[in-house]
Amino acid sequence: MSVNVLVLRAPGTNCDLETAYAFERCGARAERLHVNELLANSKRLADFQVLCLPGGFSYGDDIASGRILGNQLKRNLGSALGEFKAAGKLILGICNGFQVLMNCGLLWEQSEFPEPPATLAWNESGRYTDRWVELCVDHTPCVFLHGIKRLPLPIAHGEGRFTTRSPEILRQFQKDGQLALRYTNATSDILDEPLPFPLNPNGAMANVAGMCDATGRVFGLMPHPERYIDRTQHPRWTRGEGSDPGMGLQLFANAVHYFR
Amino acid sequence: MLWKVEIRPAPTEPNRAGERLAHEAEDLGLAKGLHVTAAHGFLIQGQLNHEQANQLARELLVDGVVEQVRVAAPGEALWNEPPSAKHRHQVHVLPKPGVMDPVAQSTLTAINSSGFMADAVRTYRSYWFSEVSSDTLPKLCGKLLANDAIEQAIVGPLKIEHLDVCTEYKFKLQHVAIRELDEAGLMHLSKSGQLYLQLAEMQTIRDYYRKLDRDPTDAELETLAQTWSEHCSHKTLAGRVHYRGPEGERVFKNMLKETIFAATVAIRQQWGERDWCVSVFKDNAGVIKFDDDNHVVFKVETHNHPSALEPYGGANTGLGGVIRDPMGTGLGAKPICSTDVFCFARPDFPVDQLPAGVLHPRRVMRGVVSGVRDYGNRMGIPTVNGAICFDDRYLGNPLVYCGNVGLIPVSKVNKEAKPGDYIVAVGGRTGRDGIHGATFSSAELTTESETLSGGAVQIGNAITEKMVLDVIMQARDKNLFNAITDCGAGGFSSAVGEMGAELGAQVWLERAPLKYAGLSYTEIWISEAQERMVLAVEPAKWDEFHALCAAEGVEATVLGTFVHTGRLELFYHGEQVADLDMHFLHEGRPPVVRPATYTPVPESPINWPTQVPSGWLGSNEVSPQRAATEAGGGASTLRPQPPEEKLTGNDLLKGVLSDLNVASKEWVIRQYDHEVQAGSVIKPLVGVHSDGPSDAAVVKPVLTSQRGIVLGCGVTPSYGDFDTYHMAASAIDEAMRNCVAVGADPSRIAILDNFCWGDCEKPETLGALVRSAIACYDVAVAFETPFISGKDSLNNEFRITDASGNKQSIAIPHTLLISAIGQVADVRTCVTMDFKKPGHQLYLVGKTNDELGGSRLSALLKLSGGAVPKVDTATAKRTFAAMHGAIQAGLVASCHDLSDGGLATALAESAFAGGIGALVKFDALPGDSSAANRPLVALFSESNSRFLVEVAPEHAGAFEEQLRGVPVTAIGTTTHEPRLVVEIAGSSQHVIDASLEELKAAWQAPLNW
Repeated sequence: MSVNVLVLRAPGTNCDLETAYAFERCGARAERLHVNELLANSKRLADFQVLCLPGGFSYGDDIASGRILGNQLKRNLGSALGEFKAAGKLILGICNGFQVLMNCGLLWEQSEFPEPPATLAWNESGRYTDRWVELCVDHTPCVFLHGIKRLPLPIAHGEGRFTTRSPEILRQFQKDGQLALRYTNATSDILDEPLPFPLNPNGAMANVAGMCDATGRVFGLMPHPERYIDRTQHPRWTRGEGSDPGMGLQLFANAVHYFR
Repeated sequence: MLWKVEIRPAPTEPNRAGERLAHEAEDLGLAKGLHVTAAHGFLIQGQLNHEQANQLARELLVDGVVEQVRVAAPGEALWNEPPSAKHRHQVHVLPKPGVMDPVAQSTLTAINSSGFMADAVRTYRSYWFSEVSSDTLPKLCGKLLANDAIEQAIVGPLKIEHLDVCTEYKFKLQHVAIRELDEAGLMHLSKSGQLYLQLAEMQTIRDYYRKLDRDPTDAELETLAQTWSEHCSHKTLAGRVHYRGPEGERVFKNMLKETIFAATVAIRQQWGERDWCVSVFKDNAGVIKFDDDNHVVFKVETHNHPSALEPYGGANTGLGGVIRDPMGTGLGAKPICSTDVFCFARPDFPVDQLPAGVLHPRRVMRGVVSGVRDYGNRMGIPTVNGAICFDDRYLGNPLVYCGNVGLIPVSKVNKEAKPGDYIVAVGGRTGRDGIHGATFSSAELTTESETLSGGAVQIGNAITEKMVLDVIMQARDKNLFNAITDCGAGGFSSAVGEMGAELGAQVWLERAPLKYAGLSYTEIWISEAQERMVLAVEPAKWDEFHALCAAEGVEATVLGTFVHTGRLELFYHGEQVADLDMHFLHEGRPPVVRPATYTPVPESPINWPTQVPSGWLGSNEVSPQRAATEAGGGASTLRPQPPEEKLTGNDLLKGVLSDLNVASKEWVIRQYDHEVQAGSVIKPLVGVHSDGPSDAAVVKPVLTSQRGIVLGCGVTPSYGDFDTYHMAASAIDEAMRNCVAVGADPSRIAILDNFCWGDCEKPETLGALVRSAIACYDVAVAFETPFISGKDSLNNEFRITDASGNKQSIAIPHTLLISAIGQVADVRTCVTMDFKKPGHQLYLVGKTNDELGGSRLSALLKLSGGAVPKVDTATAKRTFAAMHGAIQAGLVASCHDLSDGGLATALAESAFAGGIGALVKFDALPGDSSAANRPLVALFSESNSRFLVEVAPEHAGAFEEQLRGVPVTAIGTTTHEPRLVVEIAGSSQHVIDASLEELKAAWQAPLNW
């Protein structure tokens, strides 16, 4: 059986092609679908095992990144997405997709948090930044990170500073293994004390680069795994670094293998 | 009801926007130690009570984790309360009515689709300042907070009761009484009507209408002015020129055609069946072969005049505009990467010396970079290559070059509008923005330009363009249209006029969707509102095309039809408002012969100053003060003279490294997404810490293929002060060697020309351009490197009246940008410029001559005279081919092209990028041994066609064999110790002995903002 992936497109989405390609490299069938089509017919969700919200600038990131699309999904597809999640399927949000997931509240139980417990705020530098970062994986139920300990990936965003409403919430997320992916340095593993720029490129609390829900089946991350599926995408491949395939591919492979 | 919704950081968050502003105010010398809090907000008009407005703010507008919000009517007293006792002055900044406000648009749509009712939204920013003097506040508003071209700053509370609704337009057909006008009257009309046509052209129009026995309508006259504008027709360079220069006399009927274009024709003839050009100087972009399935297209444009007035909007729409060129080439190419080159005055230009009407270069640079960033990143097109030049003569005329590469299936290159096809407008709505952009860009800037031409300034909306791109790609693959072009300068008038040139067209202007009411038929016709494309769609395919657009929320409208009449007919609600003969429109412009003369500066020896002793053997005592002074940046010739003291080799190298033209551009590069689309192979920053300057970018546009595109550029304005022939030759050589250095095949490189020049009505200014165009022909033919597209921007002069009342005109340096697009069969063979391992052999490939004229060393030491670098095309061609062979054979560990700052700069850059030192032996340094200060010549001469190459010892023999017949010298080795050491054989003295850390710091400091 082939695994069907819905790569959701909205006005301003711009990483849909390469993200669909990454899933296809892992043997999935990926369909790029416009959000208007899904809004018109939410039953289409039933055709897919994986929903992926790719990177870009949905609706220009006007107001705030991922805000308009997040609100649109929450308002019009909230229950359909809830059913999708409840059916044991997977949801992945990359960069802008992560920002959308934060805005539509799919990473926590709405009943537990009537007010959003966390957000992705403006980078501490106040600037959009494209650079590669070193990442490591915490003890986590996250399906997408299965078998991965650490990996390098590029980030490219202006609003990626993970921030919780309170230190208690941060501790709770951590305890539940939800703070799945962290920025780190070359020698360390998980560090809770925020690292300096550029190791932690945006000033995220606890160096959080990606977060999953309590089940591990919904995952959002700021770095772009679809930009490291070939060795030649690595910034130092001419110095003999990097691997073929690139380590980012494992995230997509994990999603596909989950259904096999 | 009107609500003011104001959002500021939560108490737990720092007010970073305010802090940055205070910092900027200090940088610009406006105020010290300011306390600023910044907020942003929305004015929302609609059927909303206070509770609904609050709910709307919480659900949609504010991030409750890091922000707090206040909602009240604008007149409420609470808005007058300062955030703290420190704060005294309140300022609001709003976009002027009619200025594009994408956030307001999206917010309005989002509000209404969230179950609330609103009918208008405007965004604003608000600030509270600590105490400042009464004359500082207006300066802060004018120089920092708002740009008067597009925004209004209001000191104090916002007294606004409702958002205005535009008044309806009342139709009245306007004629322009041109037939009675004499010469003075014609020129007055040309200027006051912002037509910017020349007398002969105005006379031709007048005589034409005398023959027709009627006056033109305003729409007809505007159409002629747009089509005949310098921007659209390139009448100066594609016109008749009588040239007198060192080559003798030449008379051109079409100067560009007989130089640049002729080179391509000659090369293609020579190639015959091997020709890989597909479509050159014809469509919106040049098209060349890539692989069996796809061609690539490339276009570079300038957006100088708009960027001078409003840097953010100008650069934003500059990139947005050039992206539409590939989209409008053939039946539509997919944009795959962008390139941007800027020229500014130095960012620390003294604020008190700034002429009236000129924005500070620091603000221009910040605005331009943000504008490019926000458009390119939102479009999802990686910005992978570029350059920045600094020279104070760009003060009133900054240059903004934007380029875009696209990929197009081989079967989609040809287009043809057919009679009966609908004329379809797709994308953004038409507004009053950008009116007279085409004619304005042909005019000189003056201190009044800001008020006169404010309408020419625009803000883009990248998402609208992305949505258009998404549907056009699908419609192209479903064969739903016959032709496409972009709406650029001149708006519909140029797009429809061009596309229907061989046919004829009927257009119903009232059908164009408008941003707001109140536009006249002529405004609709010539508006340059962004993000619009014009397509020719067969009536039978209209329904399917329209449905495709509607499904993705893209507006598509039938504006008219192409007809087989040879006439351009415009209607407004049934009334004919223009009826023009297409032939007169496109062929009626009178030929003007322009005189051009050129005399190169005679070569003279360099005037070596006393700081550098003749036969220089400077010992290496590093003076910390000197290092600090030089680290401050040294792009300009206007810097204070360094004190008279002996300079060491380290001083000179660090001084050159911290020249703004050489210094790291990382602050700029990292703000661009250079990896989206996942094709990035050689990034703009490379090396062990990814902070070394790459020579060129390599992109793999097809995810399943290893074939790559290489982008490089050459721009050498400082050589133009000596001889524009050698400037052009050097720019081509630089663009070529950039590409060759990373692995591009030199026999598959195509180039583009973009001339930015002063007032070409002056014979010597035009002569300088003609001379460089002749060089373009000579070098392109010698290299077999075809020009495939180009564009020019003339009249880059700024008129000021100085303190004593004298009128001055400041022209930019002659600036020719050569953009190169190369190809590499397998990207895995590419190399980067960073040293890879200690113990490797270092070679200098190419010949070093005594060519310090116009060099960075000359700028640093304020030297005059010297010889400008020349190109020996035969040797260069052999060198490029040999280097490509060596790289292909895997013999090269690293390769860096030598350009600004010469060998010493390249050694330093490759060393600190790789974190690996180098020991270079002085006696091995090549060069003209009779030259004065031979070590300086060897280290800092900027002779063309040279590379610094690192080779593993086991490949040294093969490398030397591969380079046989090419000048190549072994100059040293890479070392474990992280130092750059250049020594003189037989002497214990080192010419240079510096740690990589200090060299890198000197290189990074100037633009580390």
